[in-house]
Amino acid sequence: MMEFLSYGFFQRALFAGVFVAVACALLGVFLILRRDSMIGHGLAHVTFAGVAIGLMLQIVPLFTALILAVLTGLIIMKVKEKAGLYGDTAIAIFSSTGFAVGILLVSLSQDFSVDLFAYLFGDILAIETFEVWLSVALALAVVFVVLRYYHPFMFLTFDRESAMASGVKVKRLDMLLTILTAITVVLGMKVVGILLVAALLVIPAAAGLQLAASFKLAMAISAVVALFSVIGGLFLSFYGDLPASATIVLLAFSAFFLFYIIKGQKRG
Amino acid sequence: MESLVSVEGVSFRFGHHQVLNDIVLSIYSGDFLGILGPNGSGKTTLLKIILGLLKPSQGRVLLMQKSQHDFTEWGKIGYVPQNATHIDPYFPVSVQEVVAMGIKSLAPSERVAKAGEAQAIQEALKHVGMESHRTRRIGQLSGGQQQRVFIARAIVNRPRILFLDEPTTGVDAQTQEQFYDMLARINQDEKITIVLVTHEIGIINKHITKVACLNQSLIYHGSHGEFCSSQAFKELLEGGHHLVSHRH
Repeated sequence: MMEFLSYGFFQRALFAGVFVAVACALLGVFLILRRDSMIGHGLAHVTFAGVAIGLMLQIVPLFTALILAVLTGLIIMKVKEKAGLYGDTAIAIFSSTGFAVGILLVSLSQDFSVDLFAYLFGDILAIETFEVWLSVALALAVVFVVLRYYHPFMFLTFDRESAMASGVKVKRLDMLLTILTAITVVLGMKVVGILLVAALLVIPAAAGLQLAASFKLAMAISAVVALFSVIGGLFLSFYGDLPASATIVLLAFSAFFLFYIIKGQKRG
Repeated sequence: MESLVSVEGVSFRFGHHQVLNDIVLSIYSGDFLGILGPNGSGKTTLLKIILGLLKPSQGRVLLMQKSQHDFTEWGKIGYVPQNATHIDPYFPVSVQEVVAMGIKSLAPSERVAKAGEAQAIQEALKHVGMESHRTRRIGQLSGGQQQRVFIARAIVNRPRILFLDEPTTGVDAQTQEQFYDMLARINQDEKITIVLVTHEIGIINKHITKVACLNQSLIYHGSHGEFCSSQAFKELLEGGHHLVSHRH
């Protein structure tokens, strides 16, 4: 029954997936409560161009995607602030532009379309050892920063004005959250693919928010749901010969749906 | 008496609209100051300028003798914003976590030891009579109870001065009365200076010791007793504001 654990490719996928799942889950709670759920989706589209650039220049696509996602995240933040655009408008503008650039690059250089397919739909079972260590290191960094700034992040998410009046450096923390989101999106892209990465950021956190009475509990439930989805999804993928990205996201959705029903009954 | 806040010739424009005009005001240690004035008189704007949330078009503010730029001891200032209770009722944060935000978000140089933080949270909740609710979600509380929790968050660092902006909007008269009694206790027992922005001059009348009456310009600043016989007070009443009389 546990034979899958003896395969190197499965061990690598499981190891990277677990860390990335926790990073996504913790950050997702802040994104949802800041009404910023779509930023993951938007930055994921931009990473498509980043991956295409990486493949074109024969640089590790994870690096180019990371740089482009961080830069775009910061630009979206500035545009929202300076141009007075609604958050979702700025995200829509930059995500579609990023995706358009990706499509253009693919059409100009058709020899990497197969590689790109793996980034679009995710192929965690094919993750390289180098990518595993990079993912684990970045995921750990994200988790560390989120936990280190847990209280000021929570304060500015809950009551921005009071946080500012208490000396919390809200603009710096906004920037930090944007950078963490961009990193997490790129990590999630490797696990479930560009098209489904927003799900990994949002669904476990949304599930946690259904039942939690405190912020800590919301983050804990979110992390458990994310771990359950990634571990269970990989297991189902292996035995059912199914795409791992789809099984991971569908398991996360099942948990969300279950918690949603439980919450409804509690209120009922 | 020590000046905690000095507002020096502050003006503020929003587009072509002059919101505040050359305000000069000092707030001293121990004051229970009511900033009064009709809607749109610039009270909230002045408060936000004092707290550094808005930049004045002209003039400057000193906090505890330091310019806002050089001021770092934000734990010495407490703030309860307008509409503080207009929160997302499903936001997953417990009463204890709300109060903890105030103390655990300070810069490392201002923070106390972890055990001291837990005790400070406990004491702040006790001051506002909410210690038995500490594990409840904030959204499950009534508006009056939520407001008490926000006061607890604002006083958890034992600030020297506490600012409140229209703190009892939408709260019934009896709860308002209890709320202002609680503020008076905090002012007298804890020696915390209180600055209260309100357009309701009646209910706070028995507690405030000083008044700053604002209508774009500062039209009165002085003791509460003299304010009641001043022209500014009569004008305020003529503007439709009601006085509820209390014994001192």
